[in-house]
Amino acid sequence: MGDAIETDVVIVGAGPVGLFAVFELGLYDLKCHLVDILDKPGGQCAELYPEKPIYDIPAWPEISGQALVDKLLEQIEPFSPQFHLNRMVASVTRLDDGSFEVGTDEGEILRCKVIVIAAGGGSFQPKRPPIPGIEAFEDQSVFYSVRHMEAFRGEDVLIVGGGDSALDWTLNLQPVARSLTLVHRRPEFRAAPDSVNKMFAMHERGELSFQVGQVAGLKGEGGRLTAATIKTADGLLDLPCTRMLPFFGLTMKLGPVAEWGLNLHENLVPVDTEKFETSTPGIFAIGDINWYPGKLKLILSGFHEAALMTQAAKRIVSPGERVVFQYTTSSTSLQKKLGVQ
Amino acid sequence: MTKINIVAFDGTPYEIDAENGSTVMENAVRNAVPGIEAECGGACACATCHVYVDEAWTEAVGEPEPMEEDMLDFAYDVRATSRLSCQIKISDELDGLVVRVPERQA
Repeated sequence: MGDAIETDVVIVGAGPVGLFAVFELGLYDLKCHLVDILDKPGGQCAELYPEKPIYDIPAWPEISGQALVDKLLEQIEPFSPQFHLNRMVASVTRLDDGSFEVGTDEGEILRCKVIVIAAGGGSFQPKRPPIPGIEAFEDQSVFYSVRHMEAFRGEDVLIVGGGDSALDWTLNLQPVARSLTLVHRRPEFRAAPDSVNKMFAMHERGELSFQVGQVAGLKGEGGRLTAATIKTADGLLDLPCTRMLPFFGLTMKLGPVAEWGLNLHENLVPVDTEKFETSTPGIFAIGDINWYPGKLKLILSGFHEAALMTQAAKRIVSPGERVVFQYTTSSTSLQKKLGVQ
Repeated sequence: MTKINIVAFDGTPYEIDAENGSTVMENAVRNAVPGIEAECGGACACATCHVYVDEAWTEAVGEPEPMEEDMLDFAYDVRATSRLSCQIKISDELDGLVVRVPERQA
């Protein structure tokens, strides 16, 4: 853990609205760091629908989610935003001088004067499969990610899923586990063909076992898993196992934002419609995560909110300085910042 | 208008006049059929609008595309008749269609 990183603004969430906020803030010389739980910028546009066309972005009759993200990244490039990806903001502390200390789950500390929550539908987190009673086994026998492979040494591991995470961990944990079974509902996989071929080869050699089916229930007591009941074409089958790793994709959860002491309204963050500030001065919320009367969850609403939020953010970062509103079309100083002068 | 029937998990039938070209999911959401969550809004990017197509209708409705099959991996209790309702487009051929909502969504 190094020294704290100093910046003007920390933006929580690098989706389209968080990215455009960099632009608006940048025009007013505010430097931004963005924190996002995904491994790439773009949020839902990049993760959920990169190839889907969007039809309601002004001046773009049709643009794909990924193309919109790429264009935004190009647009904010002059402002050199700093990205902290694969990270979640774990803590927010207000310091005596009114600034904030933002801690990530990887131990970085960012010090800033303004926080902008642009977290959309919340943070992407592994989805809990709808297996009855699974909660009782979580963190003891059922895990949604592998932090340390050692935790699986000597265990009878059951991996469920057909994507890259499921296949990668099947191949990686096989040498460590006492036994390994992969369960997937069909013999076709979403994962890279190379991993799938490797898995089938190992299955042929008896190094692991692959079972077509769906997990219908879990057995065990006190959080200790002893078997999983698999629904197969031939009926129910009990597979003995002591660890289970289900990979059922990602879902969005409000996550730690709920613990920052902000007022909430049905998992959304209420803001005013002048500054888009939350109940905590200096913390703003823009895009899908905020709520106000008449709110529409549209990307373009988030863009508008970013522009208005910036006026207030500038006053916090540079108190006493006159905030001059200018147009990029005519202002030489703005054009210099954009690198077009 | 095409008549479609969506049966909620508790057995409550919803008979809906659906517009051709719309999806079964859109009609379910518009008529507040319980159990159709449609978290992603119809982008075939989640599996929360999962339905079972009535046996009599599976042929008319057809098979899921590979991308939909991939998403069905995330659904609960997937059967041979499983489809994502956002991927079923209403047409004259589906007049009288019956689909059932599963016990739970992913």
